[in-house]
Amino acid sequence: MNKYTISALVSNKSGVLTRVAALFARRGYNIESLSVCKTENEALSRMTIVLNGDDYILGQMMKQMDKLIDVKKIKRVEDDAVSRELILIKVRTDAATRSQILEISQIFRAKVVDVSPEATILELTGKPMKLDGFVTMLMPYGVMELARTGVTSISRGKQTIQDETDYKEKI
Amino acid sequence: MKKNGAEILIECLKEQGVKTVFGYPGGTVLDIYDALYRDGNIEHVITSHEQGAAHAADGWARVTGKTGVVIATSGPGATNLVTGIATAYMDSIPVVAITGNVGANFLGRDSFQEIDIFGITLPITKHNYIVKDVNDLAGVVREAFAIANSGRKGPVLIDILKNVQSDVADYQPQTPVAVRRKPVPPQNVEAAAKAIAAAERPLIVVGGGVIASEAAKEARALAERLDAPVASTLMGLGAFPASHRLFAGMMGMHGTATSAKLCLESDCIIALGTRFSDRVALNRDKFAVNKTVVQIEIDDAEIDKNVNVTHSVLGDIKEALTTLIPMLPEVKDRAFAQTLQTYRAAEKANAKPLELGHKVLIEAAKLAPEDTIVVTDVGQHQMWTAQYYPVEKPRTFCSSGGLGTMGYALGASIGAAMASGKHVIMVTGDGCFNMNLNELSTAVTHDLPITILLMNNHALGMVRQWQKLFYGNRFSQTDVRKRTDYVRFAESFGAAGFAIEKEEDIVPVLTKALAMNTPAVVDCRISNDENVLPMIKPGQTYDTIITDWEARK
Repeated sequence: MNKYTISALVSNKSGVLTRVAALFARRGYNIESLSVCKTENEALSRMTIVLNGDDYILGQMMKQMDKLIDVKKIKRVEDDAVSRELILIKVRTDAATRSQILEISQIFRAKVVDVSPEATILELTGKPMKLDGFVTMLMPYGVMELARTGVTSISRGKQTIQDETDYKEKI
Repeated sequence: MKKNGAEILIECLKEQGVKTVFGYPGGTVLDIYDALYRDGNIEHVITSHEQGAAHAADGWARVTGKTGVVIATSGPGATNLVTGIATAYMDSIPVVAITGNVGANFLGRDSFQEIDIFGITLPITKHNYIVKDVNDLAGVVREAFAIANSGRKGPVLIDILKNVQSDVADYQPQTPVAVRRKPVPPQNVEAAAKAIAAAERPLIVVGGGVIASEAAKEARALAERLDAPVASTLMGLGAFPASHRLFAGMMGMHGTATSAKLCLESDCIIALGTRFSDRVALNRDKFAVNKTVVQIEIDDAEIDKNVNVTHSVLGDIKEALTTLIPMLPEVKDRAFAQTLQTYRAAEKANAKPLELGHKVLIEAAKLAPEDTIVVTDVGQHQMWTAQYYPVEKPRTFCSSGGLGTMGYALGASIGAAMASGKHVIMVTGDGCFNMNLNELSTAVTHDLPITILLMNNHALGMVRQWQKLFYGNRFSQTDVRKRTDYVRFAESFGAAGFAIEKEEDIVPVLTKALAMNTPAVVDCRISNDENVLPMIKPGQTYDTIITDWEARK
C-alpha cells in the first residue's frame, strides 16, 4: 500500500462532494483524508485527497474522477510538493506538566492558542508526519481531543493544476 | 420571452428535436403535463409503469442513436425509473430522465411522495441535477442533452422542483451545438498501427462502442483491410454483419467455439469500444497474456481497467479508425482468416441437433421483414438469440448487456418500434415476460408491430442451468410452474395470441404473427431442460469452453 495525494479543481456547487465521496465508496477506494476549500475563482473549489492504494487504484481513481462533469482539473501531486496540514490538539495540563508541554510545543514550533487550568490547546501546521510525531509526544500527558484538517498540497515551481488537460477536453 | 418552467422545459425539448417522450403523470409533474397538453407538439406515450417508460426511452435511443426522454413524477414515479436508468447506464445509452419533486417549501420535510432521486441516481447516471431555480432550467436541460449524447454516452437525470415548473423566467431559444467528435491525430495511433501491422494473427473485437460511435463502416473497412477475423461482444452485435466471411460470432461466456479458439491463438487483439467485461474476458489476468492488445476506447477509465493492454488509443472510435486505417498495410489471404473458415466449418459440423427454441429463432430471422429490430430480455433466450439470430446492421439489436435487466424487452420494444416504424421481434422467456408484461397494453394501444417470441420453459432457465452446473441439480425456485395461458392473456390485452408446440407449427405460426402489424404473443413451449452452449464458466479461460454438456468436467 502506498500513499498518493491528488488535487482537483471542482465546481463550487452543492452535491459535488457527495459525488466524489460516492465514487470512492462505490469503487471501493480507501481514502485517508479529503479536504475542500474555496479558491481564487469563486466558481471552483479545490479538493486534496490522500489515497491509500497502488498504482492501479490511483490510475482508476484519477480517471473516474476526471470523468465527473463537475471535476474540471485533476493532478497527482508530486512527492516533493509542498504539503501541509493543520492540527488543533487539546492536552490535559496541570501545574506539573505545563512546562513540559510548552517545551514540546517549542520544539515543534506549535502555537499555544488556549490555556486553562486543566487543559491547553495547541496549534501546529506541518507535514502530516510532523503532526503525527507531535501527537505521539503529547500522548503521555493525555490528549483530550484533536482535530486535523487533512492535507492540502500545491506543486513547486511555476507549474499549476491549471496546466492539466481535462479528460472531457481530450475526446 | 417570459415562460414558466414547464413551458421552458417543453421548449428546450423541442430545441433538441424531441418528438416523442415516454412517461407517467403525477402530482409533481402536473405543470409539465399541462405544458405538454397546451403545446401539443410532443407525442407522449403513457406506459403502464414508469419502468416500462424508462426502458422505452432506452430502446428509442438504441435504435436511433438519439437521446431518449422519459418523464416521471416524484417519489415512487422516480424510484420506478431506477432500474431503467441503471440499464441505460451500464450499456452507455443516452437517455434524459426528467422527474418532478416537491416544491421548495416542502423539500427536506419528508413530504408526500418526496424522495431524494438525485442522491439515489448519483451512481447510475453520467450526471444528474436538481433544479431549484427556474433561471437555471434551460441551461441545465441543454447541458443534460449534450452530456447524455457525447463522449461515452449515458443517462442524465433532471429533478425539477414543483415550484420551478410554475415559476416564470425569461426564455431565449437556442439551437443545440452538434455533438463534436475530436479527430484523433496520427501520432496518437502510430504505435498501435505498428503493433497491428506486425501481428500475424490479429482478432478484432467489436463492442457496443462501435455502434455508439456509428463506426460500423470503419470497423468493417479495418477487418477487410487486414483480412482479420472479427468477434463481437453481446453489445457489439450488429456492429459487424453476421453474414460476413470474416465474422467469428459472439465471444465470451456463451460465445462461439470459433471465437474462443481464435482468441486463444491470436497474437494481437484489436478491441474496439469494449471494456473487457467479466462476461467477455472471464479471467481478466489470463485473458490476454503474451498478446499484443490494442484498445481503442473513448473512456480513459476503461483502458487498463479490466485487462492490461499494450497499446491504447483514446478517442472516438470512428475518428480513431479513420486515422488508423490508412496507416495499415493491406493484407490479402491471411492464413488466420483461413483458420477462421476451418474452425467455423468444424463448429457447424459438430453442432448438436437444434432444439425447438433455436429453430424458432432461425425461422423468425428468415421470415422477418427487412430491417426488423430484435429486442431481447435476459437469460437463456437472450443468448440463443445472440447465437442463432444473425444481426446484420447496427442499431437493430437491443439487449440489456451490462445490468442484465429481466423485464427490459417489452418497454424497449415499444421504444424501438415507435422510433423506427420497423417491425420488432421481441424474444423473451416466461420469467422475464412476467416481470413487465403489463406493457403489452401500451403496445396494443399504439398498434405497434411487435412480435413477441415467448420462450416458455416454465423455468428460470439460465439460473437453472447454473444450478445444474454448480449446485448439484438443486433447482431452488427455478422451476416456476405458472398456469398462465399466454394465448388468452394476449387476447385479453387486445393482442393476438399463438402457440408453437412442435416444429411443424413454427413456419405457419410465425408467418401469421409476423404478417400482423400489431402486437402478437407467440407462446413457444420449449423443454425446461435445455442449456445454453457453448459455455465458459465464470473466471475460467477460453480453453475450458464446454461445447458438449454430457462431456463437461
